[in-house]
Amino acid sequence: MASPARQTDTATPRPPTPEPPPLYAPRARVYPRAVSGKWRQIKWATLVVLLGLYYVVPWLRWDRGPGAPSQAILIDLDHRRGWFFDVVIWPQEVYFVTGLLILGAFGLFFASSLFGRVWCGFTCPQTVWTDLFMWVERMVEGDRNERMRLDRQPMSAGKAVRKTLKHAAWLAIAAATGGAWVFYYVDAPTTLLKIFRGEASMEVYTFVGLFTATTYVLAGWAREQVCTYMCPWPRFQAAMLDEQSLIVTYQKWRGEPRGKHKAGDSWAGRGDCIDCNLCVAVCPTGIDIRDGQQIECIGCGLCIDACTQTMEKVGRPTGLIRWDTLAAQQAKEARSAPVPWRPVRPRTLLYAALLGIVAIVMLVAFALRADTELTVQRDRNPNFVRLSNGDIRNSYAVKVLNKRRTPRHVHLEIDGLPSAQLGFVGADVEGSGATATLSVQPDTVGTFRVFVTVPASAAPSGAKPITFTVRDEAGDGRASHDAVFVGPGR
Amino acid sequence: MPTKIEKDTLSGQNTTGHEWDGVKELNTPLPTWWVYTFYATIVFAVVYCALYPSWPWLTGHTQGLLGYSSRAELRQELSAQAKERASFVDRIRTASLADIRKDPELFNFAMAGGRSAFQTNCMQCHGAGGGGSTGFPNLVDDDWIWGGSIDQIYATIEHGIRNSDDKSRQSMMPRFGADGLLTGAQVAAVTDYVLSLSGKAKATPEGAKIYEEQCVACHKAGGKGDQELGAPNLADGIWLYGGSRDAIYRSIFYARNGSMPAWSGRLDEATMKMLAVYVHALGGDR
Repeated sequence: MASPARQTDTATPRPPTPEPPPLYAPRARVYPRAVSGKWRQIKWATLVVLLGLYYVVPWLRWDRGPGAPSQAILIDLDHRRGWFFDVVIWPQEVYFVTGLLILGAFGLFFASSLFGRVWCGFTCPQTVWTDLFMWVERMVEGDRNERMRLDRQPMSAGKAVRKTLKHAAWLAIAAATGGAWVFYYVDAPTTLLKIFRGEASMEVYTFVGLFTATTYVLAGWAREQVCTYMCPWPRFQAAMLDEQSLIVTYQKWRGEPRGKHKAGDSWAGRGDCIDCNLCVAVCPTGIDIRDGQQIECIGCGLCIDACTQTMEKVGRPTGLIRWDTLAAQQAKEARSAPVPWRPVRPRTLLYAALLGIVAIVMLVAFALRADTELTVQRDRNPNFVRLSNGDIRNSYAVKVLNKRRTPRHVHLEIDGLPSAQLGFVGADVEGSGATATLSVQPDTVGTFRVFVTVPASAAPSGAKPITFTVRDEAGDGRASHDAVFVGPGR
Repeated sequence: MPTKIEKDTLSGQNTTGHEWDGVKELNTPLPTWWVYTFYATIVFAVVYCALYPSWPWLTGHTQGLLGYSSRAELRQELSAQAKERASFVDRIRTASLADIRKDPELFNFAMAGGRSAFQTNCMQCHGAGGGGSTGFPNLVDDDWIWGGSIDQIYATIEHGIRNSDDKSRQSMMPRFGADGLLTGAQVAAVTDYVLSLSGKAKATPEGAKIYEEQCVACHKAGGKGDQELGAPNLADGIWLYGGSRDAIYRSIFYARNGSMPAWSGRLDEATMKMLAVYVHALGGDR
């Protein structure tokens, strides 16, 4: 390694004090060219579906009867409820969201090990919105060459109009994006009116502004810089990929040596790549896929479409750039037996198994989700109290969660202390002792103070485990909670 | 100063020219906008320092152009919260104690407000959970010296016990031993009688006779006590100043006469009502 460097040194004498190299690289602007083809079609379809979902979902209505929001999907932070059609998520069930995130992570690993960076190339919000913004840009300023020419021109009335139009369109999309985000958290139709009338809350305006700004900056200006410099995913995706992952591949063994080709010339002794540079021109991150797999490549497949066009034009077989695995390429290069793609391999099996396990755990947890819950907290100060007749009493804060949309009437009983007497404090208590009825309003937590009293002779020495159970009067809901009863130590 | 910039043969990038024991650093330039972002954070810091309180000074700190202070913000938040609570507080003030206990919304509000007021004003003597300690009654048990109904509890909170308030609860136990009303032996005899009420000692006829003469007016026959007079029940197992023979002897010899401040001048009516609801829920009427 050292000797060629030394040769270079002697070949070109340097000045005695060399210029320090620049520490910062100016941004090389990328002007992606329009391309059509199979992958472009798939990307358009994905874009329409994803953006459609994003913008439309908050407007879906769902009748839940009076006193409940009629928005199908609503994350009501003020009232601490998540509404998903007929499912209501309480704050303590936020682990379902954690489960979804874990599913998302394993899904990402699984897809990456099979198809490389399909997430980045097709479904990542950064890619989807950037694609949309580039389409707007192309509509207003024209394709790659026109845009480059326009940017080189001095400012003129025509240029100013086009630039203004483009940024106005970008900002409009960005504002719609920010608006749609807010609608997931507040009622969409009323908030839309309030936003335009200037009556919406400060939070609404702040978040609309925030998401407008980030959408405009990230999709309009930052684009591939987000993927290259900000996003952590390209950095650790290497751990998910192996030689059997499908990635966008330039088939070097077929394409090289590349060179210009005139119609009618022979193809003998040269590669299929005619160096038309179309794959570079269409690349949204501005790289040359012919240099091999690299961190900037988001795996969108647009260079495949570009190369297919060219190959069809010059009459060579398509697929010079294609989705392929490293193992298959190495075999082709060595001209050995072809290596078929193996989607089923330990890595994918592991990811699929993890995905399945988490999904099953979540489904079971969801299916067993109780609409009645009980929590019991014993008063620890004082630990117990001796009554005037010598009885020992413990006090408990008992909370009964009613997740149904109807009022509930429950009975409370305890196991583990046969001689215990129950007493209740609470405005929603009818009757007394073991037959008392506790009422809990719909979709709320009922709070009760419960006294458990035992005669001194039956009081345990120290802590004794007991179980609280509530039972619906209608008989179709019950919940238990473990607690202890503390008596005087002897 | 970099000495020798080379092109790395493997990556095709220049080195920075720095070399440490043969290790050379590749020059991988940051994007220019990145460094501008860094400059922007510096500008932000300067603007922030100008707008908000930031730099310490010998006698204080710079105030900032916006005049922001976290204390003012807290005051604002507290008053906003008070405004939010006002409707509930008004309802508490106008409702009777019995009505508060029947309305789930008001009851829960009063319990939360009462607990908070209790932690601020009462726990110093009565304990965080109302468990009390020697000389300070346990509020969780069923033994109430001045009565455990919610109205009696409210009256005790409002006017206190043995203080200068006009309507304060008043009663006075004589210092039987210290003031020479009884001899030491007589106090010992009546101590045994008091202990016998809860079966802890054998009474002497002399003790019973002294109790009949001196104590029964307030503590009633059999030591049942009288809540009108704040005379504790002597027959149960609960002792405010300790249930040992020695502690009871001292209580008779010197008397105790504990006091509690009147809260009517310090707390508003709604807070006292919420306190009454909370304390009553701890162990009142039970």
